[in-house]
Parts: sequence; C-alpha cells; structure tokens
Amino acid sequence: MLQDLEAEVLASHQLGQDVYLLRLYAPLIAEAAQPGQFVHVRCSETFDPLLRRPLSIHDAGNKGELTLLYQVKGRGTAWLARQQPGQKINILGPLGRGFTLPQNKRLALVAGGMGMVPLLFLARRALEAGNEVDFFYGARDREQLYQLETLKAMQVNLFLATDDGSAGFQGPVTKLWEKYIPERSYDRGYACGPRPALAAFARLSGEFSLPAEVSLEERMACGLGACRGCVATLRDASGNRYYENVCTGGPVFDAAAVYWED
Amino acid sequence: MEQAGKRPRVNLAVEIAGLTLQNPVMPASGTFGFGEEYAPFIDLNRLGALVVKTITLHPTPGNPPPRLMESYCGLLNSVGLQNPGLEIFLREKLPYLRQYRPPLIVSIAGRTMEEYAELAARLSETEGIAALEVNISCPNVKEGGIVFGTVPAMAARVTATVKEHTHLPVIVKLTPNVTDITAIARAVEDAGAGAIALINTLQGMAIDIEKRRPALANIAGGLSGPAIKPVALYAVWRVARAVKVPVIGMGGIMTARDAIEFLLAGASAVAVGTATLVNPGAIMEIIAGLENYLAEQGFEDVRELIGALQT
Repeated sequence: MLQDLEAEVLASHQLGQDVYLLRLYAPLIAEAAQPGQFVHVRCSETFDPLLRRPLSIHDAGNKGELTLLYQVKGRGTAWLARQQPGQKINILGPLGRGFTLPQNKRLALVAGGMGMVPLLFLARRALEAGNEVDFFYGARDREQLYQLETLKAMQVNLFLATDDGSAGFQGPVTKLWEKYIPERSYDRGYACGPRPALAAFARLSGEFSLPAEVSLEERMACGLGACRGCVATLRDASGNRYYENVCTGGPVFDAAAVYWED
Repeated sequence: MEQAGKRPRVNLAVEIAGLTLQNPVMPASGTFGFGEEYAPFIDLNRLGALVVKTITLHPTPGNPPPRLMESYCGLLNSVGLQNPGLEIFLREKLPYLRQYRPPLIVSIAGRTMEEYAELAARLSETEGIAALEVNISCPNVKEGGIVFGTVPAMAARVTATVKEHTHLPVIVKLTPNVTDITAIARAVEDAGAGAIALINTLQGMAIDIEKRRPALANIAGGLSGPAIKPVALYAVWRVARAVKVPVIGMGGIMTARDAIEFLLAGASAVAVGTATLVNPGAIMEIIAGLENYLAEQGFEDVRELIGALQT
C-alpha cells in the first residue's frame, strides 16, 4: 500500500565524498518495499527546491528501518545530507515496479557506481529466496566502492572492478562480468548504473540469451504516473518505439525492451 | 476541517459556466493524470471538479526524454500532450471517472479545426462529462496547441467550432505567451466560451553546461510552479476585468493563501497543478485552508471573496 508519511531520521552517515547513507524509521514503507522500488523524498521545507527526489531503496529490514544511499548531486540531496537524527522527512512510497525475484536460481547482479544502491537490497532478498548471487561491482577507484563489508557479510560472490585498478579487475564492470557469463550459466541478470554500462550489459545479455533486467534513472516529478514527465524510450515486440513512465512502468525494465540508442 | 464545524458553516460552492462546483478548487489539466493516480491519497469526491489530462483524437506519443527540468521554484516540462487518444479514454479511463460525483471536465486539443470539432462531438454524445476545456495553449506540440491560442481570431474560431459541436459548457484555456492576453480572452468570450481558464505554462529553457546541450530534448518547455505565480495572478486580474464570463485562475498555486489571492483578483475558481506533483494532498489542504480563512475573516460565502480586491 502506497504511503505518504513523515519518516524519522535514525542516522545519517557520510560514506565518502558526497555519498551518504540515510537510515529512516518508516515501518509501513519498509515492510512493503520490494527490491528495485524507490521512495520519493521531499527535500525542502519550502518550495525551493521544488520537486521530490526519487531515491532507490537500498535496504529495508525488520524493525521498520528503511535505508537510502545517495550521492549529493544538487540542492535537494544537499538538503537531505543536512538532516539530523530525530528530524522528520516526508516520503512517498514504496513506488515503482521492482526486480523479478526468482527462487533457487543463479543470478548475476552487475552494479556500476551508485547503481549498487538497489542491487544490495535485491541481493539480500534473492539470497533469502535460496538463490546464488554473483555480485559484480565496479567503480572509478577503491574509495568509491561502498558497503563492501555489508555485501561480504551477506555471502554474495563478490567480484570487484575499478577504472584505475586500485581494487579488483581494472576496467569496466561489464568486461569483468563478460568473462564469467559462459562458465557460470546464469538464470537471470540484473543491472543498475550509468547508461553506457547498462547498454553494454543489455548487449551481453542478448548475446548470451540471458533474461535480464535493468533499473533506469530519469528526472521525475509526480512519481505516480500522472504527469508523464519521466519517460524512457522502449521498443515493443515489433520494434516500434514508445515512451513509458519510469516511475510506474519501471524503474526496472526488461533490458531487451529498452531502446538504448537514445 | 473538523474544527471548522465549530464555526458558522461557510458556503464554498461556486457556479462556473452553468456547472455547480461544491468548492472552487480543482486540479489543473495535465498534472492529475486521469484521477486514479491520486485516488490512493485523496478522496476525489471532495474536489470542486475533476479535470483530466488533455485528450487528442488519436494517441499522442509525446516528446522524447528528458522532458523535465527543475528551476528555482519552478518546473520546466516538455511532455507534449502524451495521451492514449479519444478511444482509449472513452473505453478505459471514463468508466473509472464516472463513479465520482464532482463535475468531470475533459480537456481537449486538436492539430486542426476538424479535430477539435470531432473531439467535441464525440465527447458530447458520452454520458458523464460535464464540460469541455479547450486547450489552445500547450507550448510543447508542433501542430495546433499554442498556435491556436496566440491569435485572437484563431482562438475565436476554435471556440466557435467547439461550441457548434457540443451542448456542453466550453471552458477555453489560454496561454500567457502573448502580447495581450485580454484580447484573446475577449475573442473567446465573444465566440461563446462559458468560462476562461488561465494561465497555461510560460515558455522557457534550460541548458546543461557540461554537455553544452539543452536540458530538455525538446529544447524548450513550459514553466510552471511558484515561480510563475505573480505572472499568473496579474493575467487573471486583467482578464477578470476584461470579460464577463467566470475565470478559472491557475499558475503556481501551492497553498490556500495563493488560492485566496487568485479569488481576490477575480477568479471564480482555481486550479492546482504543480503543487500536486510535489504534495498529493495539496488540493485538500487548499480547500481546508480556504474554508478556515473564510470563517476566520467572517465570510459566509466564498463568492463574497471573488474579485473583492480593493485597489
């Protein structure tokens, strides 16, 4: 059930330059949340900044905790980073269509940079459902790989990549993943990250006939499907292009349905 | 709202183009989808009217993304009237909307005069529609839309064409992107408009300096939100003095205070748009705030407030 509520800040930790982990008390949303869904966060006490900010759910545990992990990109997220424990933040959610969650399969999760945010939550739920999870995680350098301890504790098979080689494989995370696809015979792949990484992921999934899902990011207004502001270009079965709301039709889409040339 | 029961009851009902609205606050077309998107948050039966997203004769795909860019206190959009078209509206959206009591106002836009005529005719033979809002003010489509809204004679022709093809009250929604909005307002009034709605969005743009490209794929878009409120308020004040038909005021209304300003300026009703995108409960808060203001200020009837500005 969709909620519009005031969530109390339990803690806000700075994990790196401009990257914050925000723990909120929001039991109604935390209990309903599915991996891949997002919350729409009011980031102002006034009308400036005006719009809410859509943030992927990073984790949702028992005890009503909802965890967000975000990078400060503008005035909205900068406001969010200033909020202190005890303060209340207005959030709408859980919103959007999340990832497919199979049981007892072998899954590949491919995260580029902050694309790790929703995939950690997916990994947790996927493991609980008896799946084996290979978690590929790439970033610019070692300092920008976040939540490694949490991921290790979850018992995913963790594969790291960095652009500068300061941790794991040197190069794009999709290049690292590509090496494992043949031998690991995955049942399904999932990705979130910058658009070029997602396009590469979609191409590889196609080549290996692997069912694959991607989580897309788009600037958003209502978050409820009303304004048609946040569309992505998709292709139907006949190859015709059309626009679909990222907020309600996604943010998770079949990788093969996305029109990547956009 | 419960507290208001302790005070003398205030009449909030207004009449617009022959429609009785239980209160003068409605959603602005294009920001409320087809109503169902907001049903989880508010009771649609408490709206002054239901105003749906603009319908075109054929499905309209809309403009390529990105379609949104935030500005200081504002929102630029270039959605481009994306809608499923008349047939799907009638088949899939209207039955849902019919279950609600507030008058249903359907916004229409055509690329040609003939399309306005056909939309008016088809919607008029359908049960459950209270009025048509003629959109001649969308800045984001290449054909029709704003082209019809910037020349008084063209605006009058669209209005007359729609009037010829419907028995329903006709509301004409105007663009502020003109030299003299009162000239357009008088033209559509003379052509038979039963009410005038204003303002649609103001044209604008934003630039991504890293990519050195427009922030919107469509290059330009329509600006809404609190940034445009003073512009909208002045346009409403001028038009309300220039015409005899009721005016529905809109443009950056975020709070009850804003709505009251528009009523004082001469609007008989107001529409809330961008505020709903930020706060799904905005319209309900505005209705409650208006009722409280009237009670506190000793008004018994909201109509006493309309045009009560002292200059």
